Parts: sequence; structure tokens; C-alpha cells
Amino acid sequence: MTAADAVGPTGRGPVGRGGAGLLDLRPAPAAATRARMFAAQTRLELILTLRRGESVLLTMIIPVGLLAFFTAVDVLPSDTEKSVDFLVPGVLALAVMSTAFTGQAIATGFERSYGVLKRLGATPLPRSILLAGKTAAVLAVEVIQLVLLLAVGFALGWDPSGGAGAVPSVLALIVLGTAAFSGLGLLMAGTLRAEATLAAANGVYLLLLLIGGVVFPLSELPGWLRAIAEVLPTAALSDGLRDVLADGDGPGVRNLVVLAVWAVVTLGLAARTFRWE
Amino acid sequence: MAEILAVSVTGLVKTYSAQSGPSRSGPSQSGPSRSGTGRAEGSRGSGRRGRRASAAPTLRPAPFAEVSTTPATLAAPAGRGALPDGRVRAVDGLSLSVPVGSVTALLGPNGAGKTTTVEICEGFRRADAGEVRILGRDPIADAVALRPRVGVMLQAGGMYPGARAGEMLRLVAAHHRHPLDPAALLDRLGLTDSAGTPFRRLSGGQQQRLSLAMAVVGRPELVFLDEPTAGLDVAGRRTTWELIEELRTAGVTVVLTTHAMDEAERLADQVIIINHGRVVAVGSPAELTRGGAEGQLRFRAPTGLELGKLLLALPDGTTAREGPVGHYLVQGTVDPQLLAAVTAWCAGNGVLAEDLRVEQRTLEDVFVELTGSELGS
Repeated sequence: MTAADAVGPTGRGPVGRGGAGLLDLRPAPAAATRARMFAAQTRLELILTLRRGESVLLTMIIPVGLLAFFTAVDVLPSDTEKSVDFLVPGVLALAVMSTAFTGQAIATGFERSYGVLKRLGATPLPRSILLAGKTAAVLAVEVIQLVLLLAVGFALGWDPSGGAGAVPSVLALIVLGTAAFSGLGLLMAGTLRAEATLAAANGVYLLLLLIGGVVFPLSELPGWLRAIAEVLPTAALSDGLRDVLADGDGPGVRNLVVLAVWAVVTLGLAARTFRWE
Repeated sequence: MAEILAVSVTGLVKTYSAQSGPSRSGPSQSGPSRSGTGRAEGSRGSGRRGRRASAAPTLRPAPFAEVSTTPATLAAPAGRGALPDGRVRAVDGLSLSVPVGSVTALLGPNGAGKTTTVEICEGFRRADAGEVRILGRDPIADAVALRPRVGVMLQAGGMYPGARAGEMLRLVAAHHRHPLDPAALLDRLGLTDSAGTPFRRLSGGQQQRLSLAMAVVGRPELVFLDEPTAGLDVAGRRTTWELIEELRTAGVTVVLTTHAMDEAERLADQVIIINHGRVVAVGSPAELTRGGAEGQLRFRAPTGLELGKLLLALPDGTTAREGPVGHYLVQGTVDPQLLAAVTAWCAGNGVLAEDLRVEQRTLEDVFVELTGSELGS
């Protein structure tokens, strides 16, 4: 990213060699194109996410670590499948949750409390593009996670079912899951104090990691807890991915419905309740 | 065709519940120099004192306030006090107008309602009552049309905590079609060496200058600068002042808030003195300081001089009074003749006038007279 990128298409203004005192301050107000704003927003959001150490830990290192660890120790009760085949879909679901929910909630919560959202609200940037940039950055991080986790999975002997036909189902699940988790994250970030968001987002992350069918199947849970877990988005996402990638089936209507309901409800609530400052 | 004002505010009212106000403090204000009312008190205070000292080494305006005939209580009773229902009236029937191409300073102590007024003009807050037009448009309803045209400098915060100074400025530049070159602007504000520094590690003064850069990078017609020099050192203030003067030369309308008198006197075409949510005086610095008298003559002498007889020796329109015991103030057209008349009268009465000095009223004198309080207190 160079300064030249950000200079207007006209490149007006006697800047550069002349040094200080030669800025052309005469008014020339106009909003940039939406595409340019979107690109700039996405790029900075992505850079900032990848720069935050805790975010990389949460979205990259923990999922990869869990995948490698549980593959090695093989805690799975069933002998009918390789543990890596069970684990990859679960860890993919965890990765989506960590990026779309936990990371986004914490970052957005602090941006709100630091006045970033207020400040950007005073520029020509529409809020829709601000949010679109966030979403695009989340999706970009998810692509990196996906590549990383699939590579590690294959290295560990992962053998997915379904072949190329699984790709649309996987994408549908990830997109719906991203929407549901983003809604939940933005709902928190837009209403709670930043510190409360930080605590709650981490707590929910841990809870959903444990009862989300990520590293062990829901069937290990007591009946009542399992009933709760099955309507939570993490279990729906991990279960759906597992249906596709481990069993070679479709994503499961129930899983898609659970994710869609979470997405609609949380995004709707977030849109109503979000406070920008 | 009627001239469109850059800013027109009529009868503005804004109340807050006691706890919420415009947030001058936030987590972003980590540095000691940016924590609320105490910030930069030292540097500003000493700067002001130093400036006065050159003109009048020992004089302080306060002693005269108690005997002043000017309306010290003009605005005080209106009070930014608690209303019966526990709400606080931050802005209380405030009206002002800002011509296109001018620099206007909103001057007043902390809590006077400056930031609330500016944030309503910026579209961040909705007024309880009153009409606000920015470049002839409504700041909230017409926000989309106004945002490219209006640059905003918040009092604090507004940056991604992990973003570097250069990244932040380039981001805002990318929201505009014909922005300034961010690198040149950083250079102009002495921030080139800080371009790679994360926002949270910038000094308070660097954060202020970056915030100023973000307000002007989109080449707006109108900029609102909320306390642009708070917490800046001398060099930083000068850099900021020069940029504001250049903006004016380039035809940009500037509205700034300050509680630094010298800033208002140096920069502003129009000074609007605000206290307790109301406008207490409007005018150019010269008009305001001229007030009812062209100048002042102060001296010390034994108490009990017969001032009525002194006035007989002076031109019509001149006033004289004894402030604290033994301190005299003569107001009127101060010229060599007046000076000669006063000293001649004293000599004729066998009185030694000591510590005699001529001075212009400063905006601070005006402010003290109008509000009965010192700025920044």
C-alpha cells in the first residue's frame, strides 16, 4: 500500500518535491466510488486482523493446534472412522466461529468504544460499505483458514468424502454459518461495552467449542445438554460439514434451517440495536 | 440571491441525562495529556501568562471584576445546571451563524456547550429544539450529501487502535475522490516519521495532528475542529495555526472550538463566546476587545483620589474608577494627550502615579467581564 494508491484519480495538487506549504487545500469535495471505499475498508480490516496477535492465535493457531492434538491423541470413542476425518469438519466450524463471531465481536466492540465507527461515520463512507468491508475481511480470513486447515488435514491423512460435489454444500454451510456468527458478534459488539464484549465473546467461544461437536460428538453429551447444543449454530455447522465431508451426504435440512434462523434473528436484532458510538 | 451561510444555528437546545454528555473521555484517551479538564492546563496557562506579562507585568484582570459595571452576571443565572427532572441543559437557546470562507472560533470554558453544539452541526447528535443548517442543508437528513463537503476533527479518538498513522490517513483519503496526497499532508504536519507508528503509541500531540489531517484530507468546504490545539506543544500549535490560516486562504470555512484566548485572537475572523450553553458575545477579536473603550490606562496611587475632578480634565467619554484600593483604571481613547492629562493632573495634585501603563483589552478581559469567570477554570 503506497501513498500513490490513495491519491485521487486526478492527482491534483502541487504536492511532492515542493515539500511543506504547497498543499492545494482549495475545496474539491466529492465522495470516492463505492468500489474504492470498499476496497480500502476491506484491505485495512484484513491487515488489522492479521496484525493482531490474539486474533491470529484465535483464528489460526488454536484450530490448527486442536486438529493436530486430537488427531494425535485419538480421544474418539468410535473406531469406525479415523479421528482426523471427524475432526476436520469440526475444526472448520470452529474456525468460522472464531473469525466471524469471536474476533469480529471483540474488534468491533473496541472500535465502537474508541470512536472509530463514529469517526468513519463522518466521512463519506456509507455504513453499508463499512459492514461490507468487515464481512469481506472475515471471508478473506476464512479462506486463509480453510487453506491452512485443509493442508494440515491432508498432511494428517484426512480423506474427505463426497468429492467435488461436496463443494457447494460446504460453501453454503460456511456462508450461512458466517452470517449467523457475524450477526451474533455484531449484536454483542453493538450493545455491550467493549470489555463486556471481550469477556462474553471468549466465554461463548469456549462454551461452543465444548458443546459444538467440534472435538467430540454431541452423542457424548447428556440428553438435555445435547438438545440445547443441537439448536446452537456451532453444532449445526460442524454437524452439517461432517455430514458432507465425512459421510458424503447432503448438509442436512435441519442444520441449514438452524443456521438460517440464527442468521436472520441475530442480524435483524443487530441492525435494530447497534449503537455506533 | 441570499447568501448561503456555512453554518446557521437558531435557538438550539440540547439536554442530557445527568450521566451522559458528549464523551470527551474514552478508552482511547490514555495519555496523561488528554484526560479531561486537566489537560494542557499547565502549558496553556503559562503561555497566556507569559503573553500578558509582556504587556502588563503585574496586572490581573480579576481584581476589577468585583467593581466592574459590565454585566458579570449576564449569563450566569441561565446556568448549565440540573433541570428539575435531573437533566442537564448543555445548550440553551443558542444561535449563531458562520459566513462562508471565514474562520470562526467558539470560545468558552470546559462545559460551556461548545462540543455539543459542534456535534449537532456535524450530525452526530440530534437537537431537542432549534434549527441547524449546514451549507444550507440539514445535518442529519442530508448527511449523505454533506459528508464529502464537511471535514470533522473529533476531540479525541476515532482511530483503529492497531492502525498506523499513515494507514489511517490513507483510509480516510480513500473515501474521497480528490483527496490531498496523504504523504504530503503528513509531512506538512510533521508526522512523516510517525507514519508507521500505531495510533495508540503516538503522543497526544501527534494524535491531535493526525486527527486534523483526517479532517482536511478530503478537501472539504467546511471543517469543524474541536479543540485542535489542546495538548499540543508550541511547535505543534504553530503548525496547526499555519494550516488553519492556509485553509482560510484557500477558501475553506473553519469552525473551531477553543478555550485558548490567544488562539481565537490570532485565527478567528469571528469569535463567538459561549458560556452555560448560550452565546454571550459575538464579534471580531477587534470588535470584542474594543468594547466600550479603545483602551485602558492603569496606575497605582494613594487611595481616595477625587476621580470626578480628574474626569473634568479628561475628554468626554472617558471613565475612571478605583478598583482594589489604590489601583485606578481609566478607560477611553488612550492617546498621548490622555496620558499627558492624567499625569499632569496627578502632578498638579501632588500625587505620584506609579506603575502607570497603557493596555488593550484582551479577549480574556472581555470574557471575564461577560461571564464573571476565567476561561479554563
